[in-house]
Amino acid sequence: MRRALPIVVVLVVLLAAIAVVNPFFLEPAGFLGFLKRAAPLVILAAGQYFVIVSGEFDLSVGSLVTAEVVIAARLIDGDESATWPVLALLIVIGLLVGLVNGVVTTKLRVPSFIVTLGMLLVLTGAVFLWTGGAPRGALSEGFRMFGRGGLGPLPWSVLILLAMGAAAIWLTRTDFGRTLIAVGDNERAAALSGVRVDRAKIFAFMLSGLAAAVAAVLLGGFAGVSAQAGQGLEFSAITAVVLGGVALGGGRGSVPAALAGAFTLEALFTLLNLYGISGALESTVQGVIIIAAVAAGAVRLPWKFTPRRGDAHAAS
Amino acid sequence: MNLPVRARRPTGRPTRSGAAHGGLAARLREPTQVVFLALLGLVAVGYVLVALDGGQFLTMESVVGIQQRSAALGIVAIGQTLVILAGSLDLSVAYLISLASLVAAETMAGQDGNILPAVAAVLAVSMLVGLVNGLIITRLRVHAFIATLGVALVIKGVVDHLYDGPAGKVPESFQVLGYSRIGPVPVSAMLWAGVAVAAWFLLSRTRLGYRIYAVGGNEEVARLSGIRTGRVIVVTHVLCSVCAGIAGLLLAARLGAGAPTVGTDGGYDLESIAAVVLGGTALAGGKGGVAGTVGGVLLLAVLDTIFNQLEVNSFVKDVVRGVVIVIAVAVYARRGTRRPA
Amino acid sequence: MPRHKAAIAVLAALVVAGCTTDKPASTTPSTASATSAQGSGTGEQSKFFVQADFDAQLAMRSETPQGPSDKPWEQAIAPQMTGTATYKKDGPYHLCFSNAAVNNPWRQVGWKTMQAEVGLHKEIGKFTALDAEGKDDKQISDIAELQAKGCDALIVSPNTTATLTPAVTAACGKVPVIVFDRGVETDCPVTFIKPIGGYAFGADAAEFLVEKVPAGGKVLALRILPGVDVLETRWSAAKVVFDRSQSQVVGVEFTDGDAAKTKSIVSDYLQRYGKIDGVWMDSGATAVAAIEAFEDAGVPVPPINGEDQQDFLQKWKDAGLTAVAPTYPTYQWRTPIIAALKILKGEEVPKLWNLPQPKVTGENLSTYLKPNMPPLHYALCGCEDLPGYPETWGGKKS
Repeated sequence: MRRALPIVVVLVVLLAAIAVVNPFFLEPAGFLGFLKRAAPLVILAAGQYFVIVSGEFDLSVGSLVTAEVVIAARLIDGDESATWPVLALLIVIGLLVGLVNGVVTTKLRVPSFIVTLGMLLVLTGAVFLWTGGAPRGALSEGFRMFGRGGLGPLPWSVLILLAMGAAAIWLTRTDFGRTLIAVGDNERAAALSGVRVDRAKIFAFMLSGLAAAVAAVLLGGFAGVSAQAGQGLEFSAITAVVLGGVALGGGRGSVPAALAGAFTLEALFTLLNLYGISGALESTVQGVIIIAAVAAGAVRLPWKFTPRRGDAHAAS
Repeated sequence: MNLPVRARRPTGRPTRSGAAHGGLAARLREPTQVVFLALLGLVAVGYVLVALDGGQFLTMESVVGIQQRSAALGIVAIGQTLVILAGSLDLSVAYLISLASLVAAETMAGQDGNILPAVAAVLAVSMLVGLVNGLIITRLRVHAFIATLGVALVIKGVVDHLYDGPAGKVPESFQVLGYSRIGPVPVSAMLWAGVAVAAWFLLSRTRLGYRIYAVGGNEEVARLSGIRTGRVIVVTHVLCSVCAGIAGLLLAARLGAGAPTVGTDGGYDLESIAAVVLGGTALAGGKGGVAGTVGGVLLLAVLDTIFNQLEVNSFVKDVVRGVVIVIAVAVYARRGTRRPA
Repeated sequence: MPRHKAAIAVLAALVVAGCTTDKPASTTPSTASATSAQGSGTGEQSKFFVQADFDAQLAMRSETPQGPSDKPWEQAIAPQMTGTATYKKDGPYHLCFSNAAVNNPWRQVGWKTMQAEVGLHKEIGKFTALDAEGKDDKQISDIAELQAKGCDALIVSPNTTATLTPAVTAACGKVPVIVFDRGVETDCPVTFIKPIGGYAFGADAAEFLVEKVPAGGKVLALRILPGVDVLETRWSAAKVVFDRSQSQVVGVEFTDGDAAKTKSIVSDYLQRYGKIDGVWMDSGATAVAAIEAFEDAGVPVPPINGEDQQDFLQKWKDAGLTAVAPTYPTYQWRTPIIAALKILKGEEVPKLWNLPQPKVTGENLSTYLKPNMPPLHYALCGCEDLPGYPETWGGKKS
């Protein structure tokens, strides 16, 4: 938890700044609204955490979210009874995409940056090829409920967020979680000490795929069918994880910090909006803050991609 | 296939096996050769496919088209090769290209006399951006991914704030760069060739080139052997940004104006990285070279031209492109990792 | 942890800077509290605004177009005909098309409509189309490449106006050129086809809101992006209308065309102001998301404008909204093919071919609403009589 402290302090400062301009933010409804809005990004960040801490990247999550929303709309086509089977299928697709990413990365030894970049292109192309260029069909009310509705005053997305967050934290406490950090820290050493490196990494990618599937359900539910539901989310998710002090290159980081990073990013967007910084300059401020936060947090961050097992210099 | 296959370039790490510089057979298996063989194969396949479709593949126009289409990406990819060889990467090139095209067109303002100041201004802005990228990475120790993504956002904000559409005017005389050609070779392709040769010379004939491979191969070893690794990385980033600036100038010449979205519309950030790895340069750095990148860019351009001739829709293109990139790198990884036990 | 303190200091400094900066002239008002004092709250007029074009477009709305009224894609408003005898030749013809992109539902619907139109004409022997994928540079190469393919006529849908002008000018010397959707800065094309335009779109929507929103009511304007000429004209016309009215524009926000962002922005405004009396949109793609924000907040949906997309029309009917949908009709994709054939047969065509630009209103909603079509289909495709309808456009037979 100590690692999460600095980012939590930043988060609290941002939240306080939001509350100053918008007192409604302090009321339960206002705060829950913020959590609900942040949920997809936070869940994606949790998934991305596992991939990054094992020393890899997942650039395919944004396109996976879009693909899942478009697939859901076409398959459900407004039919309530199709909701649950399609939800199950979405989860399977998410896991499957993660599996392919993981297997190609580990077994074929292609850098994950390239694998997931390729996956991004394939997913975007394939899904729109299938639907003829633009989304078809419609989501059912049952599907929309997860992003729009709630259990009493509690939005479903906040409950799902809590469940996913708790599961992610639990996973890091298991052998798998520790193994993953060891793999990201020193792949060669981990392999020599008997860790099944490939299996751990493949599992990490599948978690990221799963997170993308859940995020897609929430986003599709919240805002409906859109051809650009997941646009740019891969960079936001990676940025969020890095803001939480998780080292790109692997071996260092914690889930609570990564989640806090995602909340911080969302709070930053909200704040920039509230203070009315023009749409254009918003990205400039965002860029400066991201660099400053990472620079301040980096005592000795490795700036290079971790050597892969296949590379000769991994030995040295 | 027992021969170890590795880069011919100095790598800065101790050679493990005496057979590092293998015979012709081994050389043919190097990524650079693979990519050019694949290029030849693709041209042949394209020729047959287009012929079956009732068209002609290698017409004067399509040959010129391939070069015109690949020149800007080619120049950016050369710069990207340099940073990737040094173990870094640059995600800010796309926005820098837009900025450079605007700076060029605004400074020229349609006047012939302003061409030189405009070129100087573009180079100065590019070098500054490269310097900032390099210093954030080396001094603030921010991962290149985040550092250049952050700088990209900063440039995006500035460009979006100042411009809301194409601006400036490029004089006719400068548009020669974008449109003229000598026989089948456009001026833009010559510029690309010039940049490639310069980068090749830098990498294979100078101390700096040697150091770039050394830093990318193993930074720690390079540092211990007395190389100022930080400086090398900053220099590669400056050179990469200058390449992006040149690409911006070229695009301004093509468009006749500066455009705030020309870089991102072209997807030059991820596409240039894809071209570099397609050409056999290792994303982890230290292995590869300019020739492979040229091959990678041409491969993408020929693929595009075939799709264009066959009028394949852009979604199929995305799928094929994604698969090709992953397969190519998987092939290199298999070849690159075979070594004596 | 000095470094962390530094980070916080940087953050704090930026936050402070953010709230004290007096942003100079820009297209968006910074905060509502700052702008309400300045008047209408619409900010500076866009540099894209051209008064003469604005006046012309607004006048065109009330003119009766010439041509068959059941085929608006063949109609023209106040046409100035131009002779094409020099281009006359015998068929079969080879038509070429340089398309800017097919990267959004509007262009998808249009592109399918154009292909179907080509299928209607036996005299078209060959139709070659290249997709520039939204890249100016590729479209310039595409236009050069098409000139070598022996086209009898070249149709261009430019990706951007200024940057495609040199390429189009070069092509004009070799083949008859037809430009549609966006224009180019030269009059060398034989004809330029467009609906009335963005000013009419923006004004149609704004006039409706001014009429429906009570005096002093709060209007939220949602735009996709700054800097896109066709969208800037829509907003600048709406701004003129709002500036003359009693309505107060409490915010002009950019949605990036993203449904989730749109919904969040509207929710934020509802929180801040408690009540929003009207929503103006420069494009209908995210209109349903905006409506849902009101529904989820449990407040009635105020007067709003969308576009002729099925999901919006459906919502409009189901929820009984007070709404209007100005259009930028996709049937304009049929016209270039018709124009090309007229030119090659030596018939006269309008130099500037202004197509009618109907709006969907409460009265005619039922004629445009087609529940069997996909949610992002555009109702004014003019494609109902074309072969392959509705399956080719993603619809179901019913």
